[in-house]
Amino acid sequence: MSAAVAILDYGAGNLTSVACAIRHLGREPLVTQDPAEVRAAGRVIFPGVGAAGAAMENLRRLQLDRAIQDVFESGRAVLGICVGYQVVLERSEEDQGTDCLGILNGTVKRFRFAQGIVRKIPHMGWNEVNFQNRHPVFRDLPEKSQFYFVHSYYPVPDDAALIQGTAVYGGVRFAAAIAYRNLAAVQFHPEKSGRPGLRILENFLSWRP
Amino acid sequence: MLSKRIIVCLDVRERKTTKGVKFQGNVDIGDPVTMGEQYYHEGVDELVFYDITASAEERPIDIEMVKEVASRIFIPFSVGGGIRSLDDMRQVLLAGAEKVSVNSLAVRNPQIIREGARAFGNQCIVLGMDALCVEKSSSIPSGYEVVVKGGRERTGFDALAWAQRAEALGAGEICLNSIDADGTKEGYELTVTSRIAEAVGIPVIASGGAGTPEHLRQVLTEGKADAALIASMVHYGEYSIAEIKEHLAQSGLRIRL
Repeated sequence: MSAAVAILDYGAGNLTSVACAIRHLGREPLVTQDPAEVRAAGRVIFPGVGAAGAAMENLRRLQLDRAIQDVFESGRAVLGICVGYQVVLERSEEDQGTDCLGILNGTVKRFRFAQGIVRKIPHMGWNEVNFQNRHPVFRDLPEKSQFYFVHSYYPVPDDAALIQGTAVYGGVRFAAAIAYRNLAAVQFHPEKSGRPGLRILENFLSWRP
Repeated sequence: MLSKRIIVCLDVRERKTTKGVKFQGNVDIGDPVTMGEQYYHEGVDELVFYDITASAEERPIDIEMVKEVASRIFIPFSVGGGIRSLDDMRQVLLAGAEKVSVNSLAVRNPQIIREGARAFGNQCIVLGMDALCVEKSSSIPSGYEVVVKGGRERTGFDALAWAQRAEALGAGEICLNSIDADGTKEGYELTVTSRIAEAVGIPVIASGGAGTPEHLRQVLTEGKADAALIASMVHYGEYSIAEIKEHLAQSGLRIRL
């Protein structure tokens, strides 16, 4: 096992900003599509922008789906971001229903608002995340910190005990941050969320689950 | 609940931030990356880098500048001006921009919105639009016409219909600049902003006319905008990002402080 921080490149969008943020924090990330390099990495960031269907397709084609499972099972730290969080659950409503990795039990749902509530989709912009406890990845964040979100679907893990932070949009409270064993995952983009976002990434880089 | 966003726009010419001054042409006011970084530290929510000469001179966008921004600024930023193709979009996004903004290109070739949204996701594609108040007619029923080239050229597009069409094509956001209000510092054009914001289901960024923090409050409430674009009111130090945000927060708006 190397000390490398691998950023999974599976054609899901812009990895540059994640790589820039890691570099800013003093580490040189390894952006890779190679399952062997992912398996050998010390910790893995699983980013994602785009649709769940395309993300799963690319992960399978590049055989990164098994590599993520293996890294998770090996106990090394994994951080899922946005779609990289959603696809660790079992299933997403996106793209007429997409089977996902199923590392955690749960589903990904489309935002639906109660009658009379009109909100734009995607949920795009800065929103407050209310962190419940002091998980190592989510510590030292100022109260009422806001983070940058861009998504039309939201994750619903079966086990509410995994939830580390929640956000509310259009009356829907959802699991904006979760952690389970050596996996932490966030629906927002820490790499685009200014200081508190960088804090989470820094915490992740020193996390020893 | 989502916060209203304050976005600073930096007009860039040959790697310098520039500002059009009436009767004087453009005046350089600083390095765009340094200025952007300063606004980032002051708490701006988003930045726009707009290459004002790339389109006209058919020069490619300064990708090195985009990379430099991405390495120093950890909030979303978009890049506009001089996007000519899907490949230009790809280059800008791969260099670290969150979004690309298309304006006259989309007027000439509306399908670029669809192609960009398919390739990179709707959230990456911002439709920039300059609207001019005109007499209502059968072709311009809203009374606002889309213009290009800084207002010098009319397109025959109705602004409201164009906004809706852009949304249908896959634009993730509309940046609406009122040519009538632009540069006046007398406030945003609230009528066109609220009409377009109510006609589409995607966020609308209001642009043109900001002179005081109160103008931002107006456009984010009465104007129904999701975000407000500002430039000269902060470039010359008349107001700081913090002062503007403080005013908005005290008015009861949800803001990221």
